[in-house]
Amino acid sequence: MGKTLYDKLWDSHLVHVEDDGTALIYIDRHLVHEVTSPQAYEGLKLAGRKPWRVDSVVATADHNTPTERWEEGMAGVRDPFAKLQIETLDANMREYGAKVYFPFLDKRQGIVHVIGPEQGATLPGMTVVCGDSHTSTHGAFACLAHGIGTSEVEHVLATQCLITRKMKNMRVAVDGPLGRGMTAKDVILAIIGRIGTAGGTGHAIEFAGSTIRALSMEGRMTVCNMAIEAGARAGMVAVDDTTLAYVKGRPFAPAGAEWERAAACWRGLTSDPDAKFDREVKLDARAIKPHVTWGTSPEMVVAVDEAVPDPEREKDAMRREGMERALIYMGLEPRTRMTDIRLDKVFIGSCTNSRIEDLRLAAAVVKGRRLASNIRQALVVPGSGLVKAQAEREGLDRVFRDAGFEWREPGCSMCLGMNEDRVGPGERCASTSNRNFEGRQGEGARTHLVSPAMAAAAAIAGHFVDVREWR
Amino acid sequence: MDKFTVLTGLVAPLDRANVDTDQIIPKEHLKSIKRTGFANALFAAWRHDPEFVLNQPRYRGATILLARKNFGCGSSREHAPWALVDYGFRCVVAPSFADIFYNNCFKNGLLPVVLSEAEVDRLFHDCAAFPGFKLVVNLEQQGVSTADGSKSMRFEVNAFRKYCLLNGLDDIGLTLRHAGKIREFEARRKAQYPWYF
Ligand code: SF4
Repeated sequence: MGKTLYDKLWDSHLVHVEDDGTALIYIDRHLVHEVTSPQAYEGLKLAGRKPWRVDSVVATADHNTPTERWEEGMAGVRDPFAKLQIETLDANMREYGAKVYFPFLDKRQGIVHVIGPEQGATLPGMTVVCGDSHTSTHGAFACLAHGIGTSEVEHVLATQCLITRKMKNMRVAVDGPLGRGMTAKDVILAIIGRIGTAGGTGHAIEFAGSTIRALSMEGRMTVCNMAIEAGARAGMVAVDDTTLAYVKGRPFAPAGAEWERAAACWRGLTSDPDAKFDREVKLDARAIKPHVTWGTSPEMVVAVDEAVPDPEREKDAMRREGMERALIYMGLEPRTRMTDIRLDKVFIGSCTNSRIEDLRLAAAVVKGRRLASNIRQALVVPGSGLVKAQAEREGLDRVFRDAGFEWREPGCSMCLGMNEDRVGPGERCASTSNRNFEGRQGEGARTHLVSPAMAAAAAIAGHFVDVREWR
Repeated sequence: MDKFTVLTGLVAPLDRANVDTDQIIPKEHLKSIKRTGFANALFAAWRHDPEFVLNQPRYRGATILLARKNFGCGSSREHAPWALVDYGFRCVVAPSFADIFYNNCFKNGLLPVVLSEAEVDRLFHDCAAFPGFKLVVNLEQQGVSTADGSKSMRFEVNAFRKYCLLNGLDDIGLTLRHAGKIREFEARRKAQYPWYF
């Protein structure tokens, strides 16, 4: 019987299996950042152990680094705890080393899930782990990529392996052409709206179908990024010409004759035609509209031309209660039209939507206009120093600045508000990030997840608008 | 890691579905570089509310948390089980858990127990009805029972995880027993696919 892409990745990394199915899989790429690694290195040291293969490690500081005052250097990090974490990572890198480390203030520093692919440090067929759940992003390159906890970070450092069990196979096929203004973000929000935030639990999801194949690598990363919001630790897309064209020529990608050999191997990273999936879901891309979340879970999502749902029409008591609680937290009334929701802040950034194509899309909407007067703050935070430099070469920074946006240094920023970039209590934010949980962007913050184009249009209009009608 | 064999403990009921790790420990509390000291950060946003379950005197000293479905979804932060353990919990009972959180629990001597929706529902009911309601969790026998033995339920747990937890074994030491195999695998991979190295 044929194998799925996930089966192939799994089989090719299997080092050992216990009778009960617990397996050791080999890890090719280990991404490390400042928040989830200090305790792992501490544990390693306490046990008198050494990293197994430092060459597998690619590290950066991104989660709580400030996005302004870089000219002040370390002094610009005002939060003493953030500073301690950044310095601890520096010290661990000095002591143990890595294949490459992009420290705070480096030109190539950025969100770990943006810089891995950008540097060619994420290659098709790899296993990729990181102490961060959005590691699923790298699955866009036909990698088996998922988040791990800090004890697992320590385990991978010490053994180059992960103890895990095989997940089930799920395929989400999206077919057909996307409508005007529709993006990868709308696709993944539509998928989550359909299957729910626990829909992929216990599964590795392969995103397939003509719509997914037509997406750029950046779009595929956006989709895989939010596999975790669909409950799946790992999401992935098969290798095709688009994948190879993106990887070729990147700093850590193979070159010359080695490239030819690697590319030939990578071509096989697809599911066999007769492969069996435990679960299949199909979506018609033609039906996908711009999506906006209204609640405190990514599955609480509707199309922009719809209204906030009414909990009274929900039959399941548990769900109804969840909806009611979400509406109170979000300060919304049932049946409010989404386009009537007014905003206070706008955030364009995060590992979901901070790459150059995202910024281009947002800039195209903003060009020549001004922020609405009710928008207190609108941030554009590029995903990496290289994305930022590219955007500046294209003049996108001017477009945003002229409109009243703040153009920041790269990092996670307002996606999780660990640095000073926060949404205040009761403030409402249109955000291109991936989580709208209570308090995610700051205590009491109200988050609406949208695409970069939708966020940009909302910043100009002051409320949500349907980008399909944007002229 | 502490061993887990039989736990008899007071049960604290957290009656919400989809409790995510941002709720278990908000990110403002992730800035430590240590593994301990998170007890006060547990459910920090909800602790302001005097009615919140952990603020009610009747649940003081609870070691078992009773929760609803999809507990621990969201961010992969291991601070979530650290905070639960630091507070004093050794076991979480729920109808389902998010994958990463479920895994992280075992690495920290915290036992996640999956019971059916109906069983969990009944436990919520009992918890509310009987002050001082306790459960006995027996990992060896994979059973949960009421302190008086009137109800007992079985749960599934993967044999390897169970063995590690029963013996307080650390994963790294166990894996390194296979160091030879790992080295062989690595050498083969490097010869075949040098571009990954
Ligand atoms: S941008 Fe947000 S979701 Fe992505 S790694 Fe940073 S904090 Fe996590």
